[in-house]
This record gives sequence, C-alpha cells and structure tokens, in this order.
Amino acid sequence: MASNRPKVEDLHLVNLTKTFGDFKAVDNLTLTIPAGSFFALLGPSGCGKTTTLRMVAGLEEPTSGQIKLGQEDVTNLPPYKRWVNTVFQSYALFPHLTIYENVAFGLRRQKAKDIDNQVKAMLELVELTTQAQKKPQQLSGGQQQRVAVARALINEPDVLLLDEPLGALDLKLRRQMQLELKRIQTEVGITFVHVTHDQEEAMTMADTIAVMNEGKIEQMGSPIQIYEHPKTAFVANFLGQTNLFEGTVAGIEGVELAVKVKDVVFHVPLTSTEIRSGRIVFGVRPEKVKIVDQGKTGLPKNQINGSIKLTAFVGVSTQYEVITNWGQEISAFEQNIDPSDLGRPGQAVTLAWEPRHTFVLDPDQDLTAGLDTSWDE
Amino acid sequence: MKIIKFIREKTLQVFSVLIIAYLMLPLAVIILLSFNKPKGRQNTSWNEFSLDAWTNICRDQTICSSFATSIKIGLLVTIISTIVGTMISFALVRHRYKGRGATSLLIFLPLATPEVILGASLLALFLNIFIPLGFWTILLAQITFTISFVVVVVNARLAGMDPRLEQAAMDLYATPLQTFRYVTFPIALPGIMAAALLSFSLSFDDFIVTTFNSGRVVTFPIYIWGAAQRGIPPQVNVIASLMFLGSLLLVLVASVISKRRKALHA
Amino acid sequence: MSIAQESIITKPVKRRFKRTPYLLILPGIGWLFLFFVFPLSTLLATSLQKPAGISPDDGYLPAFKVSNYSSALAEYFPQFFRAFLYAGIATVICLLLAYPIAYYMAFRARKYRNLMLVLIVAPFFASFLLRTNAWKTILSGDGFVVSVLNSINLLPQDRILNTSLAVVAGLTYNFLPFMILPLYTSLEKIDPRLIEAAGDLYSPPSQRFWKVVWPLSLPGVISGTLLTFIPASGDYINAELLGSIKDKMIGNVIQSQFIDLRDYPTASALSFTFMAIILVMIYLYIRKAGTDDLV
Repeated sequence: MASNRPKVEDLHLVNLTKTFGDFKAVDNLTLTIPAGSFFALLGPSGCGKTTTLRMVAGLEEPTSGQIKLGQEDVTNLPPYKRWVNTVFQSYALFPHLTIYENVAFGLRRQKAKDIDNQVKAMLELVELTTQAQKKPQQLSGGQQQRVAVARALINEPDVLLLDEPLGALDLKLRRQMQLELKRIQTEVGITFVHVTHDQEEAMTMADTIAVMNEGKIEQMGSPIQIYEHPKTAFVANFLGQTNLFEGTVAGIEGVELAVKVKDVVFHVPLTSTEIRSGRIVFGVRPEKVKIVDQGKTGLPKNQINGSIKLTAFVGVSTQYEVITNWGQEISAFEQNIDPSDLGRPGQAVTLAWEPRHTFVLDPDQDLTAGLDTSWDE
Repeated sequence: MKIIKFIREKTLQVFSVLIIAYLMLPLAVIILLSFNKPKGRQNTSWNEFSLDAWTNICRDQTICSSFATSIKIGLLVTIISTIVGTMISFALVRHRYKGRGATSLLIFLPLATPEVILGASLLALFLNIFIPLGFWTILLAQITFTISFVVVVVNARLAGMDPRLEQAAMDLYATPLQTFRYVTFPIALPGIMAAALLSFSLSFDDFIVTTFNSGRVVTFPIYIWGAAQRGIPPQVNVIASLMFLGSLLLVLVASVISKRRKALHA
Repeated sequence: MSIAQESIITKPVKRRFKRTPYLLILPGIGWLFLFFVFPLSTLLATSLQKPAGISPDDGYLPAFKVSNYSSALAEYFPQFFRAFLYAGIATVICLLLAYPIAYYMAFRARKYRNLMLVLIVAPFFASFLLRTNAWKTILSGDGFVVSVLNSINLLPQDRILNTSLAVVAGLTYNFLPFMILPLYTSLEKIDPRLIEAAGDLYSPPSQRFWKVVWPLSLPGVISGTLLTFIPASGDYINAELLGSIKDKMIGNVIQSQFIDLRDYPTASALSFTFMAIILVMIYLYIRKAGTDDLV
C-alpha cells in the first residue's frame, strides 16, 4: 500500500482540557505520542481516556488546548479533514452497506483511484474475502471487529485510534486479536493509539503506556518502566498488585536507606528516592516476594515473619496472603514449580525480597487509589 | 394450573381475532355492497349481485374527478410535508439548540388541536385576508397538520439510530452533506417512507379540515359526505375497495421483496 | 498541510456556531406560525367581534365583546358535556378492547404480529366516512345485529341507529386503532425477561401484570388515551351520521355555526373554549401521569 503523503509525524496534545458543565473530563493534558509507535491510554472507566481519543479524532471539541500532528494544528479541523481514523468500541459498521462497501467507504469519499484492488487487498489482510458481500449483522463479533479495523486502516491515516475495540470479544479471541493488531501495526508503521481499561492488554500490545486517572496522566513510560517503577499509588495499585508499607527513615547504610516499619527494618536503594528523613512509603510487587518456612537462612535482605492467611492455587502460580505480627496483609506470588509443596493457612512463614525491587511513593497521597473499589459505592 | 393458563392464552387469542374481525367488519360490508345493485338511491341493503359498479366506475363524472382531485392534493401535500417535517425531525433529534423544547411544543400543538378548530381557524384566516377558498387553501390547510405527523414518525426512526454511525462516517472523510447522503438518509429512509405514506392517507381521507376550506372544490371525502344523505353510489364502494385491497397488496409485495432480499444474503 | 502557526500554549478553541438546526426548522416552523399560530390568533380576534347588522350577511366588526364567550358557553353547555361524555366512554371502551390485543401482539404473536398490524392499519385506506356509513348498514333496523339484539330485548329503543349508543359505538370503532398502536409500541419495548424475573420472585400472574407490565406500558396508555379522546371529543361525523338531533356534540355546533349559520364570533368563541378545556385536561393528565418528550 504505497502512500504519497509525507512521512508520519508525532502527535502532540498540548494543555488539552475538556469540561462538561462542572465536570472536568480531561484536565490540562500534555503529551507527545511518537510517530509509528503503539501507544496505550490506560485507565479505569471515567478517567477521560475515551474523551481524549474523541478529541484527537475530532468528534469532541476541546474546551481549551491544542492538538498538533507534527507542525499542523488540527484542533479546529472537523473529523473529515484530519488524517486520523477511529475503530469504534461498538464497531459502528454501516448496517445498510455490505462489508465491501463499508471498507471502501473512506476511499470513496476521498475519490481515491483503484478502489477495488485496495479493498480486496485489505479484505485479504483481515481474512474476510469470502464475506465481502454480506451485511454486518450477518457476521460474528470477531469478524465485525476485523471489518472495523480494515475500514479504518485502508485509508492509511497518520494515526489510528482504537477505542477499547476488543472489549466485546471472548478471552481467546481477544488474545488472538491483540497479537494481530500488534503485528499489523509493526508491519504498517502507523501510529496506533489504543484506549483500554485492561492493563494486561495495554502491556501486551503497547510500546508506551500512559496511565490516566480523573482526567490527568499519572505516569507514562514503557510497560516495564511503569510496572517496575510506579511513581504514584494509583499506578502501583492499578497495574498488577502491590504491597505498600508506611515507615520512618532510620538512617543511611551505604547505598541504602534504612526504614523502620513497626519494629522491623527494611532497606531501600538510595537511588529510588530523595527522601532522607521522616515519613516514607515504599512498595514491592507480590511476585518479587519469596515465601519460605520460618527459620530458613540465606534469604534476601528485606524480611518479615508472619503466618499464612489464604492460599489460592491459580494454575501458573500460587497466591498467598500472609498476616504479619502487626496485622498487615502481604501478598506473595509463588511460581508454580512444584504444587505438591503448597503452604497451608496458619503456617508460620518468612517473606523476603531484594531491596532493589522496592519502589518508593510520595507519602502524602491516597494510598488506596487505583484499587478496585466498585463495591464501596 | 396448566388448564387455567391454557384457557387464559386461548381467550387472549380468540379475543384478538375478534377485534380484528370487528375492525374489518365495515370493510367487508363496503366490499360486499360494491357488488350490489341498489334498489333505489340508497346502497344500504343487499338487493342483487351486479358487476355494474365495477365496470362503470366513472359513470358519474363527479366521483372520478373528486377522486382525481384528492389524489393530486394528496401527492402535493405528501411531498411538501414529508420534506419539511423530516428537516424538523433532524433538527430535533440530531442537534442540541436553544428553542428545541419550544419547537417540540409547537409541533405537538396541532396534534392536540381538534380538527374543527384547525379547519375553522384557517377558514377565519382565509376569510380575513380575502384568499378565495379552493384547491390551494385545501393544500395549505392539510400541510399544516400533516407536518406534525411526519415529525413524530421520522423522530421515532431517527431516535433509534446509533449516532456513532454518523460519527464513523465523518471519521472516514465524509463531509456533513455526504454523511447525510450516504449514511443518515438511507438508514432513515424507511421512517421517511412511512411518514410519507401516513401523510398521504391523512390527506386523502381528510374531511373536516378540508370541508372548512374547500369552497366549491370537491374532494373524494366531500363527495361522499354530500352523497351520504341522498345515497352513496356503489362506484364509491368500488373505489374504496380498490384502495384498501391495493394498499394490502403493496404491503404484501414489500414484505415478499424484503424476505427475498434477506434470503439472498444469508 | 496548513502553514505552521505561532502557537500560544493555551488557546481557547473557536466554538463552531451551528446554524444548521435553525435552517432546518425554518420552513416548517415558519409554516406553522403562518398557518397555525397566526390563524388561531385571528380566531381569537374573531371570537370577540360583534355583528355589524341584523343578518350574518352584514358581516362582523372588530370589537371586544367578551360576552360572546359567556353566551356561547351558556347556550351550548349540553353539547360540550355530551362531547366529553361520549368521547370519555369511547376512550375507556377503546382502552379495554385495545389492551388485550396489543398485549397479545407484543408478547405472544411472534408470527402473526406484522400481519395483524397491517390489518389494523389497512382500514385507514378506505375512507372513514364510508366506514362510518357502513355501520349504518350493519346497525340498521332490519339488519342482522339489531334483529338479534331485539329478540333478546336488549335494546331500550328497539333500534341502535339514531341513538347515543350508535354514536359512542361509532367513535369507539373509528378511534380504536389510535389506541392499539401506541399501546403496542409501548408494550413491545418491554423486555419479557422483566416479567420472567417477577415470576421468579414469586409474583402471581395478576401481580405480574399490575406491578410490572402496566406501569411500563403507561407511556403507551397515555399517548393512546390522548390520541383517542381529543379527536373523539371534537368529532361531528359520527354524531351526524349515526345519531339523532339529541346527540349533537360540540363539533356539530361549531361546524354548523361556521358553515351554515356563519355566526363566526360564536363559533370562534366555542372553538377557543373547547381548545382551552382540552389543553387544561391534557396538562393535568400529563402532570399526573408523567411523560418525557411530547413528540
């Protein structure tokens, strides 16, 4: 698919804000999405990610701020004048047109040449050649989804926007499509902006993830970066699971900070924080925590004793909830090497992890942010 | 318990069939009497079988000319009120603007106004500004109340349409005009057609508003009313039967076509 | 590609003023103002006029004769009352007849529902004057119906035609489809699983209906009753064709005042009084029952 348009540019969002009455859906958002990358906007429902996407598409007018494609300011351009295409959450396929005509729609409006060949090629790419003359209602959810992608991609936009396109698919199909989309994006080289609330999906597919909450970006980076080094409690809790500890700085020991939590001392790398005294909050992910019978030696430096409260065998791993002597619950995930050796509730254990796996968070924030609180409402 | 449920279901079924029969009863009488050769002028009781009315529909010229007048008026009214009403419907459903509630109210009022008053007020208007009553005043009067019906019908269709389809169209480089032409209009078309059909039948069958504003012009219903005292010739029954059966046929053909189209693409 | 701009960091976005909706409604609303609102105000003016001379041919003069209203109401109060009474009875009967069939079509008759819809609407294509007139045949003195009813002494006047019964029967017949269609539309939208859920929660059939189906069908009931009652109360065809002189409704009066007697002020006063009563009734009815959009 040769393109005679200039090279794809970076997408810039500058101080983008959208308010609906009193409600700020998107709050002064500034970010740059590099050309040709697979970018994910991740966050819970209502965080403003879909609104942001719609503003980029031109379907929603920003209250203030700018959207630029390279040097071109597209903020005031209507959607049909932007080289941006959207794959809608509900697919929004035209029910009165055949699959062929759905895919050809954008090309026809642009009065492109050689539409037939392009449509046929695209249908082949998404493996729907035999369904070309059918209507959308006659196709399965997975097939409709592929039509939606084909319909958008065929126009070779600078940016392809995907609004939770895999939400309606069952697990296996979703996994398949995740890999498909990633493959297509790598082949075609177009910038993909993918909006989702599924963190696994974002991490599987994206080169860069921006975690959004309440209209703002909490953190942006590669999947590994934001997972291993979350900067806020929200990111720590929303992405995977976290154990958080509140303590006070006890002193500096070489390249590590000693932190006292109740009567246990933990060690945190000096490089992970600027705090040198007073309150401090740090966390460690459960999969980094080793769980062994009490009394073992040769363990990583940070250790706590406790007893098992819950054991859950999940297949790939066993998830333990351990209660410390001061009543805090800690999670530890053990890789499933030998399930015959599972710990039992009540068993006395030691939890241990390497200091370098610890990350530090700002103590003055809501430490429960990002946890699933749907039942509290 | 099962017996009670069975009785309940059967009663419901029988009742519904009876209601349909009740609605059809006068039509059966009309069709029957179209084959009648009336004893005197009144065609109200059966005399003898005759195809006379069917073969000589236009023996009384007034019948056919009034029919033609009604058709002419019907077509014009349908075209104008469907276009105007559809435009209003689009504004109401797809746009949020100041005065939307007022528009809605203004559309609703003619529906709530009894026909006598609609007819009378227009008569008063025409008299006061010295417009001669006739073909054009009938037209103006009928358009006035059919617009509201069109809006209601098209609204129903448009409101059920996913607005994201139009957004998708614009996302795919269709200007607002193109979006309307290639997406909104084709999908709304069944509703618009239904509204047009409704307009036509309201116009064709209208008596009260038309009577007030017709002057000397005779539409089909006006002819019937005038003839009602003297005796309605069976030719009128013929025309009514034809229209009824014709409309049934149209619906039948339409449903067969759509069934066949569905089968082709299965 | 547009020319690169000097970008100020925070720039308010130009709000595209939408002219479109106003352009769209212009022809229609313009029309309605000219041919609905304006004539009604003319009618109002006419209702206050006074006669220029003795006979109607002398015409009328602009005035402020409010007494037109009081005299009209006083003289024609019986017809007002009769109109609302007949229309009311007809509406209630229509509701009782329409609900079961609408229910049947919405919840039971998968296969036949479209056919039934067509059969309900089809009679509109044969002139309603003719259909009403056909009742004259059906209900005539020597017809089947009357003979049967007479033989079991059910008729107080030995006939149906030219009685109030005939008028109400005619009104019921003519407006029944107007009750069935909105009811059906409303019922059809109800998710049958709601009724199942009620049954699952130990609700007997009668309760299931009154507590689940009826409340959800209320919008249809409201539309249906309004669409039936309003035109029925203003009707004069049924009274003219099927009733006697004692059965005249307010519609008949207005019509004769306008066309035959040409007493425009009285006719206009009656029209406005009638319309005012209707609007008040609608307002109270909707207030009590509650609706969303009017159209």
